[in-house]
Amino acid sequence: MLTLFADWFTYTLLRLPKGRLITEAIHFFVYDIPKIYLLLVVIVFVVAMLRTWIPAEKIKKLLTHRHQFVDNILAASLGILTPFCTCSAIPMFIGFVESGVPLGVTFSFLVASPMINEVAMVLLWGLFGARVALLYVGVGLLIAIVSGIIITRLHMEKYVEDYVYKIKVGAAPGDAPMTFKDRVVASWRYVGEIFRRVAPWVAVGVAIGAFIHGYAPENFLARYAGRDNPFAVLIAVLIGIPLYSNAEGVIPVVQALFAKGLPLGTTLAFMMAVTGLSMPEMIILRRVLKPRLLATFIGVVGVGILIVGYFFNWVL
Amino acid sequence: MRIEILGSGCTRCHGLEANIRKALEILGKDAEVVDVTDMQQIMAYGVMAMPALVIDGKVVSVGRVLSPEEAKKAIVGASA
Repeated sequence: MLTLFADWFTYTLLRLPKGRLITEAIHFFVYDIPKIYLLLVVIVFVVAMLRTWIPAEKIKKLLTHRHQFVDNILAASLGILTPFCTCSAIPMFIGFVESGVPLGVTFSFLVASPMINEVAMVLLWGLFGARVALLYVGVGLLIAIVSGIIITRLHMEKYVEDYVYKIKVGAAPGDAPMTFKDRVVASWRYVGEIFRRVAPWVAVGVAIGAFIHGYAPENFLARYAGRDNPFAVLIAVLIGIPLYSNAEGVIPVVQALFAKGLPLGTTLAFMMAVTGLSMPEMIILRRVLKPRLLATFIGVVGVGILIVGYFFNWVL
Repeated sequence: MRIEILGSGCTRCHGLEANIRKALEILGKDAEVVDVTDMQQIMAYGVMAMPALVIDGKVVSVGRVLSPEEAKKAIVGASA
């Protein structure tokens, strides 16, 4: 149906001749924007609905009395569902540690939460296809789970700032019971909030994509940062760490890099470095982690991202 | 009335504070608005998502930037 609309808009309404570059660029633009907006509304709504059943305060209860690996997997998966702005990092961390969630499990959550979320998934899906979106989620989960397990093994509990263990967490406020209608209303409002924030970025990203799509892709980046350059992934990650952006903001950049010939593995590694390891988050985490644990965290996640980048460049 | 905004000074927390002040202005109500950034105090309320809104010692909303309209309702609801 969207294809029909795009065909009608470009060929009939604007009377553009088929096959010309400008026509194809406009067609791509008219087709992609509604497609991504539609995906965005549907998926964000579904995730927001799910989320009404699991508020942040309940998550820590879910993560205590189980087998260690199961907890890591669960923590990483819950990280996807939970929107997590860096300002919530400290209360989340303290809340988890205080209620006895093991340190490694807490880290699985801290890694997955900013790196993978439903908005990033929708955007990757819309711009690169379902395969890339699923790869991103799968690989992100894997990094989060493995990093958590490694941090558990390293027994670094003493490198958490001492005051964290002394804080007394008050009883969580009781949730007012929600009716199904309340959940729908709240989720819908959340969709509106996200949509207003993300929609302009999508338009920018797609505009860049449409432009490059229509006007033959230059292989500028492929020449310098292609598969045969062994340092490309490393450099992409090192550039990505000090850059700070949420997934929405980085997508247009990622789209442009990929379209200019950056290999997929390098592109994904860059995106993960930007969203998963950001400078402001480090500064905030430093308030609860001693330097050694913070450095370990950066090291483990960074190496994970590097491996993913090289692996995808090699396999795909 | 004492209104506390729990947060770590992020933009969303400032957004909530601005909307609260707007709502108070619309209502023509006087209240003490305090920014709470001390972790010990924040954690004492048991909330984990920022920003959170506390009116007269009671947690009213968690992890959301209320619109001025919603803030108005929350303030009216709390004073009733």
